[in-house]
Amino acid sequence: MIANLAWIFLSAAVINNFTLALFLGLCPFMGVSGKVSTAVRMGGANVFVLTITSICVSALNTWVLPRAPYLRLIAFIVVIASLVQIVELAIKKLSPTLFRELGIFLPLITTNCAILGLAVFQTNRGYGFAEGLAFALGAGAGLTLALVLMASIRELTELSDVPAAARGLGLVLIIAASLSLAFMGFAGLLSAG
Amino acid sequence: MWTVVATLVPILATSVMFFGPSALLVTGAATAGALITEKVFGPRRSLLDGSGMITGLLLGLTLPAGLPMWMAFVGGAFSIGFGKLVFGGLGQNVFNPALLGRAFLQAAFPVAMTTWPTAQASWWQLRGDNLALPLFSARAPDVLTGATPLGLLKFEGETTALRDLMLGTTGGSLGETAGIVILICGLYLALRNYLNWRIPASIFLSVFLFVGVLHLLFPTQYPEPAFMLFSGGLMLGAWYMATDLVTSPVTNLGCWIFGIGIGALVVVIRLWGGLAEGVMYAILLMNALVPFINRATQPRVFGTARRTAS
Repeated sequence: MIANLAWIFLSAAVINNFTLALFLGLCPFMGVSGKVSTAVRMGGANVFVLTITSICVSALNTWVLPRAPYLRLIAFIVVIASLVQIVELAIKKLSPTLFRELGIFLPLITTNCAILGLAVFQTNRGYGFAEGLAFALGAGAGLTLALVLMASIRELTELSDVPAAARGLGLVLIIAASLSLAFMGFAGLLSAG
Repeated sequence: MWTVVATLVPILATSVMFFGPSALLVTGAATAGALITEKVFGPRRSLLDGSGMITGLLLGLTLPAGLPMWMAFVGGAFSIGFGKLVFGGLGQNVFNPALLGRAFLQAAFPVAMTTWPTAQASWWQLRGDNLALPLFSARAPDVLTGATPLGLLKFEGETTALRDLMLGTTGGSLGETAGIVILICGLYLALRNYLNWRIPASIFLSVFLFVGVLHLLFPTQYPEPAFMLFSGGLMLGAWYMATDLVTSPVTNLGCWIFGIGIGALVVVIRLWGGLAEGVMYAILLMNALVPFINRATQPRVFGTARRTAS
């Protein structure tokens, strides 16, 4: 059981990294990877929303969707988005510091494809509650890892003499592609065992 | 830089000895791709510093002998164009250009990049369809092919004798087979202080200890540490790719961390990964971590407090 959960976590974090292997959640990956400190915060917000998503999806899969399978996508989107909004209001009331830390990212992430991707993957693979939680934490860790790596490299390239054609997003996409090439080395890791 | 190029000549000569004219064709095409891209898009007179030459040669030496020349050329152009010039040229790239080019080729042409010719009847025979036209499918090679020592280990469970690995009479990429030649050239560079000896030393130490412990615990399941050191691209990668001055950490402590990380990743990918060889990916992954290592091992400014409040 523990080994299985650990494998799900590791697989989502590194081997099938949401951003670098499956290319989900690219908008925050491009948009808020300018500074390491922002990237870490964004990663934290991602872990948070992904965990909530996973819990929602487990609940929906248990009680609602067996009776109304055609509602799947709509249910995922509506329930996740509204729950995140409620949680955001609660945080704003209960812990203004944490609210400021997460800032604008919390409502933004809700509409991110990584979130819906997690919901759909979790359903398709038939993960239960604990497995789903491990999957969400792994995916969040993977997103944070990719964001922070990207941000640290971008901080480095701030000062370099990048040709005009590649300045800005162009270079970011090229760095993302290079990181993705490097992460291909993990393909098939541990799949035998 | 030209000294490094000079030390690559014996390695290239060894590969010509084993792989015949194909070695020259493939390495030449990769180098031509790198140099032409540098000439066309690079800053003026940047060919003279020799860095483009090193990238092209190193890329060529990591390719299989039977690769069509146009693929090697594309790889060389990618290395310089997307690995170096896009980042602002020499000294500003994040990833090792030669390895980035190889990773690109591996992703784009997976079959051609994993066909390993073995010793042929005649030295003159081409080891594959080197002369295939661009974008046309290559003729099925009329040569004997075999697995690399690491492929044999992974898929057949056989180990190769250490003597063959040292002398290079095995399958593999052009420049990676003769471990002893690379070792001598690398040691020369290290003695002349052209590279930081801590990086190869820490890579070898971590691979040796990691595999050594596994081998002692499960002797039948895991190979001997010496086999891991001399098989695949570990020698070439540790001496020539990981030690690239631009893409390795600045501090000595950082170099130890960098090397240990590469060694650990190599062992993990080789033993438990889906691929037989992981040196290239291990070095690229650690290249991505270099900004972090540099930040974490930043030395204290002389005269300031031992620990700052942050």
